Amino acid sequence: MSNCYFSVERAGIYTTFQDSGYDFLQHFGVTTGGVVDNNLFRTANKLLGNDDNEPVIEFAYQGPKLKLEKGNVQIAITGDVHFIISKKSENYTDTLGKCFQTYQLHEGDIIDIIATKSSIYGYFGLLGGFKLNKYNSSGSTLVRSKIGPNDGRKIQENQLIEFNKESQNEKLKQISFPTTDKSNVIRVIEGPQESFFSLETINQFYNSPFTISKSADRMGIRLDGNQITSKQSPNIPSEGIIKGSVQVPGDGNPIVLMVDHPTIGGYPKIATVILNDLVKLAQLSFGKEVSFEKVSIETAENLYYENKNNLDEIFKSIKNYNN
Amino acid sequence: MIKNVNQISEQAFLLDFGDEVTREINQNVINTFNFISKKMQKNNPLGLKNCVPSYNKLLIHFNPSKKNKDELINFLNGIEHLQTESSVNIDEVEIPVCYDEEFALDIKDVSKKTKINEDLIINSHLSTQFFVYMIGFMPGLPFMGDLETNLNVPRLMTPRLQVPPGSVGIVEKFCVIYPNQSPGGWNIIGRTPIKLFDKNKIKATLLNPGSKVKICKISKKEFLEIQKINE
Repeated sequence: MSNCYFSVERAGIYTTFQDSGYDFLQHFGVTTGGVVDNNLFRTANKLLGNDDNEPVIEFAYQGPKLKLEKGNVQIAITGDVHFIISKKSENYTDTLGKCFQTYQLHEGDIIDIIATKSSIYGYFGLLGGFKLNKYNSSGSTLVRSKIGPNDGRKIQENQLIEFNKESQNEKLKQISFPTTDKSNVIRVIEGPQESFFSLETINQFYNSPFTISKSADRMGIRLDGNQITSKQSPNIPSEGIIKGSVQVPGDGNPIVLMVDHPTIGGYPKIATVILNDLVKLAQLSFGKEVSFEKVSIETAENLYYENKNNLDEIFKSIKNYNN
Repeated sequence: MIKNVNQISEQAFLLDFGDEVTREINQNVINTFNFISKKMQKNNPLGLKNCVPSYNKLLIHFNPSKKNKDELINFLNGIEHLQTESSVNIDEVEIPVCYDEEFALDIKDVSKKTKINEDLIINSHLSTQFFVYMIGFMPGLPFMGDLETNLNVPRLMTPRLQVPPGSVGIVEKFCVIYPNQSPGGWNIIGRTPIKLFDKNKIKATLLNPGSKVKICKISKKEFLEIQKINE
């Protein structure tokens, strides 16, 4: 056992270690995995001065409650998250935490990540990173395939979470992260099997809204309220899949594939959500309405680079703060 | 060979080799896959993230932040003129399967549907020189073909919620082996004690896209012995 670790007093709903995911394993049936919200992931590591791809803890809805059993460490939470820090030195008085800034935790302190507010996914990172058994150089857990850190499992109640090193002398940092775009228009590009659908159906896809169903997770987001039918058989010979693909199964309720998608799939794909908007879609909770707007690949690419540049600008706003 | 290079996302191309599912088309996919794989394994100059062969398509997943799309398009368009003949040694793997009643959950139904008796089904399965079209759906699961046409059966009307690991299933001209427990709609005719995916091994999968596979029949006693060794 290392000298620095947390104990898990409550695991949360879907709490896993994640980084940018797996490369070059998809042809063996191993999906890419990785963080859902790359912007929040990158921001957490930037704030902490970590390597860009240092694994963090991703949580959804309710996060974990952790007690720092041994060691001192700086942490940060990114997202739209309600959390409380209770310090041993203050007799465990609850202090409401702020996202997008680092905190110093000391041995005995407790951090309770109560819930994400008007979003789904949030991130908990710490200076120097977690001590993990990586698989194929990735620190991403694929729960369905039981692959990756933590024996391929979600973080469990009562387990210990070790981290790499102690930190307490570094200056505390904060960053001004803009509120995420909450509009419900999701931009897509034409899917590889758009021709499987009639012109009328394609119009229906773009002109009538869908509702995000309860069946939405790291594998895919099922949409209902606007059934889409293909004019041909609802199956194609299975082919490789990427995240963002909007596949339409026989029941007509499209599924937007997310980071833990199956590696191949045999449903026709009417559209592909652009990377820039996939994060936005994933952060919308069930019951919300969304509608799709078609853009060109060039527009999608420009938005991707724009987002990347914006993020680099935001990172320039990191500054010290005094507690 | 490659009919079209379609960009399907900011981070992916889908190479189209045709619409039919034939071994010939799939061999072209796999030769191209092997060619690109080798490049990725060397030093990955193009910054590719994944290359996924399937029946008649090849998905190329790249990193858009490298901003080398033009170079990629030139590369993909140039593949036609390059020697993509598989210089990779095609591996031939023998997989032991036990067709004992306890494991062959659907063999009676397959027999009814095809009007072929169980022994002949097993013999036909044993005499097939299988070819791995692709691996996917779950880690290490091979889609193999081609079964003789008289053995072709549709999917189960109601998929099983839990197919035991190692189960050998058939649908149409294809045969799969489930590496792990999973839901599934294939007609189960036997089970292998061999692990098709072992994350603790450096090469986690037993098979590759393009592998040749022969099935050999084992008794339940042998099944249990091999299973014990593999644990």
